[in-house]
Amino acid sequence: MSAVGASGGSPLLAVRSLTKLFGSFAACNAIDLDIQPGEIHALLGENGAGKSTLVKMLFGVLAPTSGQILWKGEPVRIPSPGAARRLGIGMVFQHFSLFEALTVAENIALSLSPGISLSKVAEEASRLSHLYGLPLDPKAHVADLSVGERQRIEIVRALLQNPELIILDEPTSVLTPQEADRLFETLAKLKAEGRSVLYISHRLEEVQRICDRATVLRHGKVTGACDPRQETPASLARMMVGSDVASVTAAGTNTKGDVLLEARHLGVPARTPFAVALKNVCLKVRGGEVLAIAGVAGNGQGELFDALSGEYPVPEAAAVSIRGKAAGNLGITARRLMGAGFVPEERHGHAAVPALPLSDNLVLARNQSDRKTFLAGGVLGVIRHAVVRIASKRISETMDVRKSGENPAAGSLSGGNLQKYIVGRELDRQPAVLIVNQPTWGVDAGAASRIRQALVDLAKAGSAVLVISQDLDEIFEVATEIAVISEGRLSDAYPAHELTREKIGLLMGGMYGKTEGEVAHAH
Amino acid sequence: MRIELEKRANPSTLYSVLSPFLALGLTVIAGGIMFALIGKDPVSALYSFFIEPLLDIWSLHEIAIKAAPLILIGAGLSICYRSNNWNIGAEGQFIMGAIAGAIVPVVFHDWHSPLVLPLMLVFGMIGGALYAAIPAFLKAHMNTNEILTSLMLVYIAQLFLDWLVRGPWRSPDAYNFPVTRDFAPEAILPELIASGRANLGFAFAIIAAVGLWLMMRYTLKGFEITVLGQSERAGRFAGFSSKRMIWFSMLLSGGLAGLAGISEVSGTIGKLQPIISPGYGFTAIIVAFLGRLNPLGIIAAGLFLALTYVGGEAVQLTLSVSDKVTRVFQGLLLFFVLSCDTLIQYKIRLVFSRLGQSSEGGAH
Ligand SMILES: Nc1ncnc2c1ncn2[C@@H]1O[C@H](COP(=O)(O)OP(=O)(O)OP(=O)(O)O)[C@@H](O)[C@H]1O
Ligand SMILES: [Mg+2]
Repeated sequence: MSAVGASGGSPLLAVRSLTKLFGSFAACNAIDLDIQPGEIHALLGENGAGKSTLVKMLFGVLAPTSGQILWKGEPVRIPSPGAARRLGIGMVFQHFSLFEALTVAENIALSLSPGISLSKVAEEASRLSHLYGLPLDPKAHVADLSVGERQRIEIVRALLQNPELIILDEPTSVLTPQEADRLFETLAKLKAEGRSVLYISHRLEEVQRICDRATVLRHGKVTGACDPRQETPASLARMMVGSDVASVTAAGTNTKGDVLLEARHLGVPARTPFAVALKNVCLKVRGGEVLAIAGVAGNGQGELFDALSGEYPVPEAAAVSIRGKAAGNLGITARRLMGAGFVPEERHGHAAVPALPLSDNLVLARNQSDRKTFLAGGVLGVIRHAVVRIASKRISETMDVRKSGENPAAGSLSGGNLQKYIVGRELDRQPAVLIVNQPTWGVDAGAASRIRQALVDLAKAGSAVLVISQDLDEIFEVATEIAVISEGRLSDAYPAHELTREKIGLLMGGMYGKTEGEVAHAH
Repeated sequence: MRIELEKRANPSTLYSVLSPFLALGLTVIAGGIMFALIGKDPVSALYSFFIEPLLDIWSLHEIAIKAAPLILIGAGLSICYRSNNWNIGAEGQFIMGAIAGAIVPVVFHDWHSPLVLPLMLVFGMIGGALYAAIPAFLKAHMNTNEILTSLMLVYIAQLFLDWLVRGPWRSPDAYNFPVTRDFAPEAILPELIASGRANLGFAFAIIAAVGLWLMMRYTLKGFEITVLGQSERAGRFAGFSSKRMIWFSMLLSGGLAGLAGISEVSGTIGKLQPIISPGYGFTAIIVAFLGRLNPLGIIAAGLFLALTYVGGEAVQLTLSVSDKVTRVFQGLLLFFVLSCDTLIQYKIRLVFSRLGQSSEGGAH
């Protein structure tokens, strides 16, 4: 294989023809991988390539079907995460496991032996967090922290075990650019100490910036290894996908239709102590338009989505209108019947029930809007599973959803593939209004461009599309109009071509006289 | 040192399917050991407990009679539990159903009409449902824990029944015994077949269980129950309301428990008395879990638990052991069902604490 290793000696961790079968489907197929001491090694691959499956085997969450793992040259079996930690492997999962009501120190102590006193944990945690430039207040409550700060807890928790190898599964997909920069500094420090990092990400620019070597997976097999610094994002993407990634073609049309979605002085008090209140939000989306709402996570995006989708209706009917009709006090089913479709941010347990098959997850979103097709027997409401399965298959094919069977449980799909399905489920209806929260987090470059193109095409066909996203690249690719949300307030919308990144940054901070960085933790 | 449960990476599907049977086997073994310890021959004791009742018509009828309330209640509870509502008070709803149904034959005992029995059944269901409405209301609107409220209401129902049959409803011609007057013949639930005592209640149980199975498997309502039980947020996204589901599942299980109650007094006892249930409402919880919260599985589990009642009575007579053996067997069974399920999902690890050593938390 190619590429310069970080060191010539024997690898810290070596994987020999490691295979994981789910039924007859090979999620990982005879994978070979070497990680040298003191290198940052990237694991690349499109959605469903088997990256998460591979690292779950290394961390003892999944048992390999066959193959070998060598730790410092010795063959080892890793039956549990505890065993992995004892060997010296730490992992930061994409989905955190923190108790919101507890403090930082309490959360860290929970993963340690009970003998250690809380004050000692707090001391050790703050020592480590200063050492690695991960500022953390051990006494802060997790619920008050931003996503980036929560991730720091997970990293510090992993570091407390003094690991020699740290695995990070898509750590930056939930971070703001500033938070990501800070993470990269930490990784550089770890590397300087001789620790190794295995890094999974779909953001090729950052892989080029920080990684020494990269291994590319495709369909569960290693298809190449390279030095990412010698490559371009486009060539890396080509290695992952096997062909060139299409760029999204020009947003919107110039012929604007009627106002299909409107919010008028929408105000929502905070539902929980940790939620953000919406203050006097006004917006208008016409047919043919894509309005993108930029903003740092945690500034009211979720609350705005809840109010617009009708999951939490508001008392004033006029505050939200869909296709000219007042809908503020109506629930999500009524709004769907008016022609709206919704894609929430969280896939597991919100947009989909992980334990149920894909076809059931289609019924989840469309049980009333497609009542005539999907249900029989009048009031009895007998689900026509055969019909639903055909529709589900159609969606999977249109969106190129890769899965391990005909109709597997939603939770067994890789994150990106499930996202394609969830977006496809709404597009399949051709909704007049589509509201999407974070359409492509954790989605690979090829799939992301496919989803974005689909959103643009929907608008071109005359629908109104509202995209809430914190990814500015995505916003500039799809938007015809852009507004910024901060602390529950929404700025005016500007035509996309009038705005630049700098202006958006100013809008985020300038609205209330804060700098962009501070807005991240605002409450 | 402490004990930790660690989730297995690949729980065996075979064992998950076999789990109820494994639990049965272990219960029988533990029961045999128990008989041996109290000085009875375990083989013959187990024989008269589990086999003999299956060999004659009379005890088969007894099994059907005891299985009927267990299946009716268990099937209703399975809907509750699947939708994440924990109704523990079916015993109270059973009693209140019996009382409400008995209004017709006790208070209006002079009224004779073919409508009496249907009215009793309807009143029974309404009584059980209304009694379950109390914890439902408290959960939906006051955010109270339904496990506590429904359980506490059981004791109120028991004492209420006691007061009724000793006070206002006591029969004038029962020589001060705490019972109501005997139900008139048209208020008695007819027998199923001529060979024995088993009554229509068993038919109600089978119909209810099969009906609920069809609902869970084929209808949107069943889908709603499954979704809300797994994720309230996803249910909200689907347009389902978890508040309405609290009402639906509690009223349904309460109504079925009430139907079981009135069927029991009308079909088997023929009047009200201070104790009308040997704990059917609680045993039905075991039935629901042994049947994997699947109404068809619950039919099988209900028949088996009914066998423990009948077998318990049998060994009580033949071996003169305490009537508590039935409860012991039921307790053992629940213990083994739950532990088999747990050990199939998790493995046990002993941890000897050493400073700085990691634990299993925080992996996901
Ligand atoms: N428990 C499971 N049962 C069946 N199939 C599974 C299971 N877990 C994963 N798979 C399948 O294995 C394949 C690889 O999944 P994996 O999660 O490793 O992908 P990934 O590379 O991490 O993708 P992404 O970038 O979208 O996170 C997918 O096709 C997925 O459907
Ligand atoms: Mg993954």
